[in-house]
Formats: sequence, C-alpha cells, structure tokens
Amino acid sequence: MVAEPVTNAEAAVRARGVSRPWRLIAGAFLAGSLLVGLGVGPVGIDVGGIVGSGLAHIPFLHVHNPLSTLDDAVLWQIRAPRVVLAALVGGMLAVAGSSYQGVFRNPLADPYLLGVAAGSGLGATLAIAYGHVGRTGWLLPLAAFVGGLAAVAGTYVLGRSAGPARAARSLVLAGVTVTLFLTAIQTFVQQQHSDTLRDVYAWLLGGFSTATWGQVAVAAPYVAVSSTAIVLHRRLLDVLSVGDEEAASLGVDVPRLRLLLVVAATAGTAAAVAVSGLIAFVGIIVPHTIRLLVSTSYRAVVPLSLVVGAGFLVLADVLARTVVSPAELPIGVVTAFFGAPFFAIVLRTSRSMR
Amino acid sequence: MIELRELVVRFDGAYAVRDVSLDVAADEWVMLIGPNGAGKTSVLRALCGLVPFAGGAEIGGSDVRRLRRRELARLISFVPQTPVMPPELTVAEYALLGRTPHLGHLAAEGRTDRQAVARALERLDLLAFAERGLGSLSGGELQRVVLARALAQEAPILLLDEPTTSLDLGRQQQVLELVDELRRDGLTVLSTMHDLTLAGQYADRLVLLDRGSIVAEGGPGDVLSAENLSAFYRADVRVVVDDGGVYVVPRRRATVRDGVSAPRMTD
Repeated sequence: MVAEPVTNAEAAVRARGVSRPWRLIAGAFLAGSLLVGLGVGPVGIDVGGIVGSGLAHIPFLHVHNPLSTLDDAVLWQIRAPRVVLAALVGGMLAVAGSSYQGVFRNPLADPYLLGVAAGSGLGATLAIAYGHVGRTGWLLPLAAFVGGLAAVAGTYVLGRSAGPARAARSLVLAGVTVTLFLTAIQTFVQQQHSDTLRDVYAWLLGGFSTATWGQVAVAAPYVAVSSTAIVLHRRLLDVLSVGDEEAASLGVDVPRLRLLLVVAATAGTAAAVAVSGLIAFVGIIVPHTIRLLVSTSYRAVVPLSLVVGAGFLVLADVLARTVVSPAELPIGVVTAFFGAPFFAIVLRTSRSMR
Repeated sequence: MIELRELVVRFDGAYAVRDVSLDVAADEWVMLIGPNGAGKTSVLRALCGLVPFAGGAEIGGSDVRRLRRRELARLISFVPQTPVMPPELTVAEYALLGRTPHLGHLAAEGRTDRQAVARALERLDLLAFAERGLGSLSGGELQRVVLARALAQEAPILLLDEPTTSLDLGRQQQVLELVDELRRDGLTVLSTMHDLTLAGQYADRLVLLDRGSIVAEGGPGDVLSAENLSAFYRADVRVVVDDGGVYVVPRRRATVRDGVSAPRMTD
C-alpha cells in the first residue's frame, strides 16, 4: 500500500535520452549511408559484394571473394578510406557543433565559432603559398591543424580578459575578432600569391577526393577522443542550459567545464578541417534537425549528432562525386544546397507537430 | 547554521554589502528586507560563492571559501529571483538538475536520484506534471517547479531571492505557506522579500538592510515601524497591528495628491 505510489512516482521521473526506436533509426541511417557510399560510383558494387569482400579480407575465415581484383582495390583502396573519412569528419563536426551550442547557449554556434576555420585557412594558405606543398602529403593538414588550434587559443586568451561575468559572450566576440583578423591576413597572402589561388580555393571548399587510409589514421584518434569526451558530458550540457550562475550554484565548475568542452570540440574540429577543408552547415544543421525531430535534451542531441552527422556527410560526399561525374562538386556546396531546404522542411513540419 | 561576520561585497570598487554580521539558526526563517540596492541579493550570492567577498561566511562551521563548489551545493540550494527555465525541458528533467551536486562528474542519475526527485515533486504536488514541458506551465506552477529542483538538491539550507515576484496574491501566500511547511520539516531558510506585510507574517526574524548595512533587526513589530520605513524606504506608510500580525499599508502623500509638488512636464 505504502510502497506502491513511491515506485509509480519514481517511474514518472526520467530524463528523455535516446529512445529505442530512434537508436535503431539512427543506426540504420548510418549503416545505409556507409553501404551507399561504398557501393555507388563509376563501378557499382552491390551489398553482397561489399559484405563478401569484407569477409574475405578477414584472415582464417576462408570466404571466397566475389569481387574481381580491380573492383576489390576500388572498394578498399579508393572508396573505403573516403567513406570512413567522411563519416569521421561528419560525426565530429556535428558533435562539436552541438557542444558549442550548449556551451555558449547559442543556437547559431557552429564548430567554427571560435576561429578554427580562419586559423586553419590561414595555416593552409601559408603552407601552400610559402611551403609550396601540394594538396596531398602531410604538411598541409599539419599546417591547418596548428593554425586552427593557435587561433582558438588566441580567442581564449583574448576572451578571458573580459572577466568571468560575461565569459561566454566575450569568448564569442573574441572569436569574431580573431576570425576577421586572420581572414584579413589570409586574403592578403592569397592576393600576393595569386598563382596559388586554385590550390587554396580547392582546399577551402573542402572535400574528400584525396582521402587515404593515412588521413583516416591521422584524424581518427582526435575524433575518437574528442567525441567521446563530449558524449560523456551530455548531462552537464543540460545543466549549463540554466545559465552559468545557476549551474555554478548546482555545484558545477563552469569555467573549467567550458574550457574542457571547448578544447575537446576544437581539437576534433581542427583535425577534421585539416583532412577535409572547411565544410559548412553540418555542425548546425544536424544538431538542429535532431532537436526538432527527437528532443532538445543534450542527452539525445549529442550522441545522435555523432551518428547522424557521420551518415549525412557520407551521403553528401556520394552526391559530390556523382552529380557531375567524372568531375566533383565541392562538398560544402552539396551540404548547403541540400541541407538548407531540408532544414526548412523540418522547421515547418515540426511546428505543426507540436 | 549560517554565520556571517563583517561580510563585505564590492563591485568595481562600489560597496554592495558593507559589514553585515548575521546568524541564522537551524530551522529558522530569516528574511532580508530593504529598499532596492540595499544589498539583499548580494548577501545571498556571497553565501553561494557566486561573488567574491571579504569577511567571514560559515555554514555549519565550515568556511564557504574553503568548500568546493560541489560540497557547497550539497549544503545550500539557491533559487534566484528570475531563474532560467529552458521551455523545452520537462518538469522531471529540470528537477533532476538539482541532483547535480550528488553525482560524479560524468555519472548519470541513478535510483536514489530519481527517488529524491519523485519525493520533491510529490511534496509540491507536481507528480502529475512530471513529463510536461516547462514552456506549458503558468507562473505559479513554474515557481513550484523551481522549489522542487531546490528540494531535490536535498541541502539543509534554502536561499530564496524574492520568491513571490510575479505571482498573484493567492499564489504568493501558497508559495510562502509551502516554504513554511518545508521549514518545519527541518530546512533553514534565508530569503529576501519585497512585500513587507507578507515578510512580517512569515519570517521568524526580519533584517532590514540599507546601503549594504544592517539598520534594524528583530521581530516584525520592532522592524516594521513607520519611522523605519519612512527613513529607509522613503515611503509614506501606515503600520497596522492586530492579532493577525503587522500590516504595512502604503499611503499616498497629501502633497502629491493635491498636485502642489508633483513634477510637471514642461518644455
């Protein structure tokens, strides 16, 4: 008699995480995207071929490889690294975007908010203009990575000088300042070395046409560590939604938490930008689509952004390399061209749902 | 339970609080009253460690500055005057935020936490609202939800900054009755209060602040005198005392009514 109401009451108290149906839908979306990414191209490979060839590469299993040697090479040396890299970058940008939006309580925050993009752009431009590096090799990603991190470090130092009361806002303003300043330098360098314009633009517009397993190996550790850190902090991102001061009165060390999440999101984003250039829209559109469709709690937004962002960018890359084949579209054009109308549709329909 | 010794809070050189010494005993309800800018809120914020201060502030014998944020949040729950209430969170999710000081850095809520929140919601008659979004609730309901989050925090001290602002008269009384009940269950309450009549009826003790210092302290009959209110609020009031308590009734100044000294709009 006495115990029953309490148990009922407890059952009513729950935080919406990712419900089972949404888990399945998101998982199926990612798996489907990967299969489409691996199968679609000048040489079509069906699902049976992909799975059979995958099994054949596992030692001691002795499965017959259904693909020809050439198709097998196309699948594993050209398409697979490209698909995996697109998945890593897409997941990272989306999860970093959701993290920035939570940390700054700003729905328009994207992973480039604090100057990563401008810093990486300048780093890459300097490497191309003065280092005479091509679009392949390890020097360009390194320059972009270092440039991105240095820019955000500069933003942080500049933003901190405004004192703790306006910390979040002054960081954002510092990010704008750093971005404008670095973009000015980058434009100047670019203009002085107009012979390199083509390479710089090709890099800035982003894409995966030069993807290799080596790039995957470079980006994967950063993406793994950064996204794991952000996913583990999803509950604390919800706590931050009541504002710095109330979060502090609930026992959260807000400046430290903000720094930690910014470092995680920035390192991951810089690694993603280094191997893929500047891909806009993913960091805003994916988290917001999840907010509109599933839930606004970061317990859902963060993990689903990771999975859906990965699938979304793989599909965008498929379009980038097939629409005007054999030429390629810059992937940023695809994400914006298809992302914006899709987002508009989600915005309209979700309003009538509630 | 709470001991303040010569508390000083300064913002950019200006004093918000100067030299406030105050003791609040366990299970007591003390209300800080005073005109706008008297430093009431700053006293509460200093106690929560939200603003830097000089002087002594102890809770249950431990120095507020020596406690870590989490430890402090397990001793004090703070309800600001206008709490941020994200409209898309549910009542249960919002109340669960109150469990933060009891959770490890990366831990998720467990059974104990859900039970604590369920008790808090039950106590405030909010169980039926558990899955409602905050955006769909009225002002009075939201005020109860904030209290539920504070209760779920299970801290022995509750700080309330103007808990009745923006509530109608009936809801003001309901909220204050509620706090009074909670206090009888063993909660120490320190609050600020604009409404002096309600302050006189619910507080065990009133502390009148003016320009950062305590100018009067004691029961409603001692503090809420017409002289005090005229001197520190610059208000013209009548104080009515009967067996129900002390009533502070504002009185329109004769000069203003006659229009003799009323400011005129001229070019």
